[in-house]
Amino acid sequence: MLCTAWGNYPKIECKRYKFNTIEELGEIIDSKSPLIPYGNGRSYGDSALAHHIIETRQRDYFIDFDEKSGLLYIEAGVLLSEILEHFVPRGWFLKITPGTKLITIGGAIASDVHGKNHHKEGCFSSCVKEFEIMLPDGKIVTCTPKDTPNLWRATCGGQGLTGVILRAKIYLKKIESKYIRQTTIKTANLKETFEAFEEYSDMPYSVAWIDCLAKGEDIGKSLLMVGDFDSDGELDYRLKDTKTIPIDFPVFALNSWSVRAFNMLYYGRVKEKISKQRVDIDTFFYPLDAIGDWNRIYGKRGFTQYQFILPKESSFEGLQRILKEISNSGKGSFLAVLKLYGKANNNWLSFPMEGYSLALDFKIESGLFELLDRLDRIVVEYGGRIYLTKDVRVSKDIFEKGYPNIDKFREFREKNGMSGVFESLQSKRLEI
Amino acid sequence: MSYVLIIGANSDIAKACAREYAKNGYDLYLALRDKDRLNDFKQDIEVRTKRAVKLLELDILDFNSHQGFYNSLDEKPLGVISAVGYLGKHKEAQKSLKETRKIIDTNYTGVVSILNIIANDFEKRRSGFIVGISSVAGDRGRKSNYIYGSAKAALSAYLSGLRNRLYESQVQVLTVKPGFVATKMTEGMDLPQRLTAQPDEVARDILKAQQSGKDIVYTKWIWRYIMLIIKAIPEWQFKKMSI
Repeated sequence: MLCTAWGNYPKIECKRYKFNTIEELGEIIDSKSPLIPYGNGRSYGDSALAHHIIETRQRDYFIDFDEKSGLLYIEAGVLLSEILEHFVPRGWFLKITPGTKLITIGGAIASDVHGKNHHKEGCFSSCVKEFEIMLPDGKIVTCTPKDTPNLWRATCGGQGLTGVILRAKIYLKKIESKYIRQTTIKTANLKETFEAFEEYSDMPYSVAWIDCLAKGEDIGKSLLMVGDFDSDGELDYRLKDTKTIPIDFPVFALNSWSVRAFNMLYYGRVKEKISKQRVDIDTFFYPLDAIGDWNRIYGKRGFTQYQFILPKESSFEGLQRILKEISNSGKGSFLAVLKLYGKANNNWLSFPMEGYSLALDFKIESGLFELLDRLDRIVVEYGGRIYLTKDVRVSKDIFEKGYPNIDKFREFREKNGMSGVFESLQSKRLEI
Repeated sequence: MSYVLIIGANSDIAKACAREYAKNGYDLYLALRDKDRLNDFKQDIEVRTKRAVKLLELDILDFNSHQGFYNSLDEKPLGVISAVGYLGKHKEAQKSLKETRKIIDTNYTGVVSILNIIANDFEKRRSGFIVGISSVAGDRGRKSNYIYGSAKAALSAYLSGLRNRLYESQVQVLTVKPGFVATKMTEGMDLPQRLTAQPDEVARDILKAQQSGKDIVYTKWIWRYIMLIIKAIPEWQFKKMSI
């Protein structure tokens, strides 16, 4: 069977295993390793790809909810969308959510995902009270930052390389509306964009859409969107039917012209310098989920998302160089997302650090990986790093420069018998 | 009256129906042979939806127990969904009457036995809905599973007759004909992805068809047309085919 992740690249031959009981899981780990846990297949690259994968999506029971503290106890295969579906109408929302609701809780922990409120609330692990994980020897450990700090630091952001996460307790946050009061700020260049991020840094949610094909003076022109929940008591929330993209687009459909046109329309749509809107949860947090399988617009060959982060002090200079490089290459991206992050946490492989991150999609085509290699060099030159959950091609050398704790992670895996048992294409490439 | 009774509640389709109905505001009676198997699932639905879920013991093959089972429900259900299904081991059934009987009695006799009792009550009170999950396998007998298929064909005919009888009493009878569904029953089979439904998709189709008063629903919908074609193949040709 062919397996792939969200980028549709690469596609590899693989065997999928499901388990109905803990005993079955133990046997699979014993007899089928090396393998890697696989949730809902929304990581972009090869972090959850291997020739043997263990599916966790079907483990989707809700176990308990404490109305007082907002603590929700669920199995690791539960999707964020399922939590929203049942809990938004009751006035609860995820404390931390990435830009898609179609990921599992296990995946959220293993990627230590972050969202538009990273500068305020940090990564997903900061809303996790504890999780249960099966280790290579079949033992199930309840992991907390206090009792098992190393297992915590290795697993949150650890890309599934420490074991199979089975259940978790996470805190939800109280909301009084399904609507968000959004302010959109139109900026003319990178300097203005940075200033706007700083000016609005008190807003709980913020993200910018940036036009990566802009040239010269215009480099860095953006739409910064910031917002917070409304308080009008309107909580009627239902999952919407998604529009679907039934076929892979032909590979030539996306080229620098069509992307340029899209970017121009998108940017030009906003007339005023500052405008205000009231939008619902799905529009604000999950705009792309409205189109099922949107990854297919990149055609059969697939795509990758390049996401890096630079330390705050070097962000301005570094980003300018990188944007210039991208703009000169003419390789377009529909979605380029810029965000100012808060402080890094202690997890060994978590991506965020205080600074600016940029994420862009590229369809797989000749010349792309050379371009990304050039970008890599700029990223490490400025002390930045690459996000493993999106990555499919970074070199070991570049990766290591960005993650100073990598040797602790390696040592921990070695010492606990995880190496060789849990492996992905990515972990092999990067020798982690 | 807020309860929907789901029979054969341990199947993947039944569980998906349970979640779908609970989500839409119904309380649930979940009936199955070994009720302790669904303790965690009961809790799952309660945490998700805050609806009431009661687990009930019911052996579909113990026909004599069925009347007592229904009598024991203090509050009668406003509708019933039978998701009882047993694919069985076809090769074994060709040789053994025991396996053949098990397939027929589970898929047909047992379901008829319990639905007769429920239908009588619904007819008397002149309200309710009865959803029977049959199968496209009942639309035409094929060599790979015709014992299961014939039991489902009988069930489809039963539901058709029941619908005819209960029309006067405003009781809805819905026949559900799933094609391929990715469940425990079909685990390990190499099913074509585009024709295979997920259980929650089947459950959504069932709820929608039931709420809009339909008689027969294929799920995925494309199976209506696939079966039209398969039924149209002349017998002299069909007998030579392996599909």
